[in-house]
Amino acid sequence: MIRLVYIIIGTAFLLLSSGTASGFERFPPPDFESGYQQPTPANPAPRRNIYEYVDTAVLLAGLSLSSYLVLRTRSRRAILALCVFSLFYFGFWRKGCVCPIGAIQNIALSIFDRDYAVPITVMLFFLLPLVFTLFFGRTFCAAVCPLGAIQDLVVLRPISVPEWLEGGLRMFAYVYLAAAVLFAATGSAFVICRYDPFISFFHLSGNFHLLILGACFLLVGVFVGRPYCRFVCPYGVILRQLSRISKWKVAITPEECIKCRLCEDSCPFGAIRAPTADWPAHDYNKSKKRLAFLIILLPVLVFSSGWIGYALRPVTSRVHATVRLADRVYLEETGQAEETTDASSAFRGTGKDIQELYAEALDIQAGFGLGGWLAGGFVGLVLAGKLIAVSLRRRRTDYQADRAGCLACGRCFEYCPQEHAKRKLAKDN
Amino acid sequence: MSGNKNDIDRRHFLRNGLWGACLAGLGAAAGALSRKSSAENTVWQIDPEICVACGNCATYCVLEESAVKCVHAYAMCGYCRICFGFSGPEPYDINEAAENQLCPTGAIKRTFVEDPYYEYTIDESLCMGCGKCVKGCNTFGNGSLFLQVRHDRCLNCNECSIAAACPSGAFKRVPADEPYLLKRVDSVRNNTAGCKPLRSRRFSNGVDIA
Repeated sequence: MIRLVYIIIGTAFLLLSSGTASGFERFPPPDFESGYQQPTPANPAPRRNIYEYVDTAVLLAGLSLSSYLVLRTRSRRAILALCVFSLFYFGFWRKGCVCPIGAIQNIALSIFDRDYAVPITVMLFFLLPLVFTLFFGRTFCAAVCPLGAIQDLVVLRPISVPEWLEGGLRMFAYVYLAAAVLFAATGSAFVICRYDPFISFFHLSGNFHLLILGACFLLVGVFVGRPYCRFVCPYGVILRQLSRISKWKVAITPEECIKCRLCEDSCPFGAIRAPTADWPAHDYNKSKKRLAFLIILLPVLVFSSGWIGYALRPVTSRVHATVRLADRVYLEETGQAEETTDASSAFRGTGKDIQELYAEALDIQAGFGLGGWLAGGFVGLVLAGKLIAVSLRRRRTDYQADRAGCLACGRCFEYCPQEHAKRKLAKDN
Repeated sequence: MSGNKNDIDRRHFLRNGLWGACLAGLGAAAGALSRKSSAENTVWQIDPEICVACGNCATYCVLEESAVKCVHAYAMCGYCRICFGFSGPEPYDINEAAENQLCPTGAIKRTFVEDPYYEYTIDESLCMGCGKCVKGCNTFGNGSLFLQVRHDRCLNCNECSIAAACPSGAFKRVPADEPYLLKRVDSVRNNTAGCKPLRSRRFSNGVDIA
C-alpha cells in the first residue's frame, strides 16, 4: 500500500517539479468545514532601537568618567571599579557587540560600499573613543573597553618585554588593521569579529577554537600585560597615534619628577620611559646618515609591500564567498572536482549564468588588487615609519609615560612618592 | 643645542596644528559618515526564497541553541495527510510515531483537523533550526515551512557566524522595525515576486543612498 503511495507521489512529483522552483503552490490550501481557524504565530521583536542609544550613552558616560578618574582623581581603585563595570556591561551584558574595534569594519564597508548605510550608533561607537583620545589620551583602553578590562584583571605576574620585541610584535596589529579594512571594504568578511578571542567568554558559548585562543590570550596575559591590546588590537594602533598628540596626558607624578626610579618597573605594559643621557657627537653623525638612508628607503618599502599586497590577490580574494564559489564552480565545470558543495549546488539552483559569476568574481578580484596596493602600501609606510622612529632619539629629563603606549590604567600613580606626599597633604588639610 | 627654546616652540606649534587637523578630520569624517548613516538599526534575517536549508544554522550560531528556528506559514500549507516536512520521503507508516518523524528533536506536532487534513505546528523550544523539515517541504510540498532568525534569541552579532557559513548567501541585514522576511501566499502565487537577486555582499542592508 505504502509502495503504491510512493509511486503515485513520485509520478506527481516529477510532473509538478518540472520547471518549478521551491515554494510553488502544489497543494492548494483547503477550505475547512469544521470551522478550523488558522493559528497566527507571533514573531518576537528584536531589541528596541532605544537601547542602542542607551549603550551609546553608557559609552559616553564611561569615557567621561574614565578620563576624569585618570586625569583628576588619579585613583587606581576607581579605574579598576569602572573596568569591572565595563566588563560586565559591554562584555557580559551586551555580549561584546557592537564594539569600537569591530566598528572599524562597518565604517570601512560604508566608505567603499554605496549600498551600506552604517547605523548612527555604530558610527558613534567608532568616533567617540577617538575624540576622547584626542583630548585625554587612551582613557578608552583604560577602563571602558571590555576586551581590555578582561585582560587587565588577569595581569598578575607581569614580565617586561624588550623594546625591540614589543615594537616588532606590534607590527602585527598594523597588518591586522590593514587586512581587516581590506576584507571589510570588499564586503568579504569581518575578520576582527570572526577572530575576537574574548567574544566566546562574553557569550558563554561559542566556537571551541576561539575559546582556546581566548584562554591562551588570558594565560599569556598573566605574564605579559594585555597582549591583545598591545600586539593585536587594530583599534589600539589608531588610538596610539591620536594619543601622541592628545591635549592632556597621563602624568606619572602630580608634581615634579624627583627621579627616584620607584615607578620604573611599575608599568606592566612597558610604557614608562626613563630619562635619556646626552647623545655623543660621533653617534649623532652616524645616526644622521642612517636617517637619510631610511628616508630614501621609505618609498621603496611602501612600493614593494604594496606590490606584495597586490600579488597576493588570488589568495586574499578567496576570503570573499563569491570568489570561492566561482573557483569551485570552475573546478566542477572543468571536471577537476567531482562532487558539488552546498554553495555550488545552491548557485546552480538559482539558475544564474555561470559566465556572469566568473565576471563578478574577476571584478571582485580586481578590487582586491587595488585594495592590496593600498593595504600593502599602508603596512610598508608603517614599517618605514617605525624604522625612522627608532633611529630618532628624543631627550627626556624625567620619567614619563609613553604617550602612545600608555593605556592609562593608573598603576604607576601609587608608586610615586610625590603622589603620596600630595595625598597626605590633602588629607591633613 | 643652542636653538633649544625655538625648537620647543616649533614643536608645540606643529603639535597643535596636527591636533587641530586631527580634530577637524574626525569632524569631517563624522559629517561625511552621518550623511551615509541611518538612524535605523539593522538585524540579521534569512531570505527564505534563497535559503537552501543546508543545516548550517543549527551548528554555526554562537549560541548553544541556535537563534534560527523553523516557522510555518499556515496560509500556504496544504494540510496534507502525508507531509514530507513531517515524515520525510520514506516513512515506515503515516502516523506520529517517532520512527516516522523527520525532525531529529520531534519539534513538529501533527494534529488531526478534519478528514483528510492535518495541522503541523512547530514547538520552538524543541526546534534547533536544522532545516530538515524545510528541505522536505520544499522538495514535495508548498514550501510553507521555512527558517527565520528569532529575534528574542539572536544576539545581533556584528558579523553573524551563520551568515559567514551560509552557502547560498541567504543571510542579510534588514531594518529592525521589519525584522522578518516571512513567506506569504501572494509571494508564492507569483513565483518570483518574493525573490530577490543573490546579493554578492552579505552586509548590504539595501538602504538606498542615492
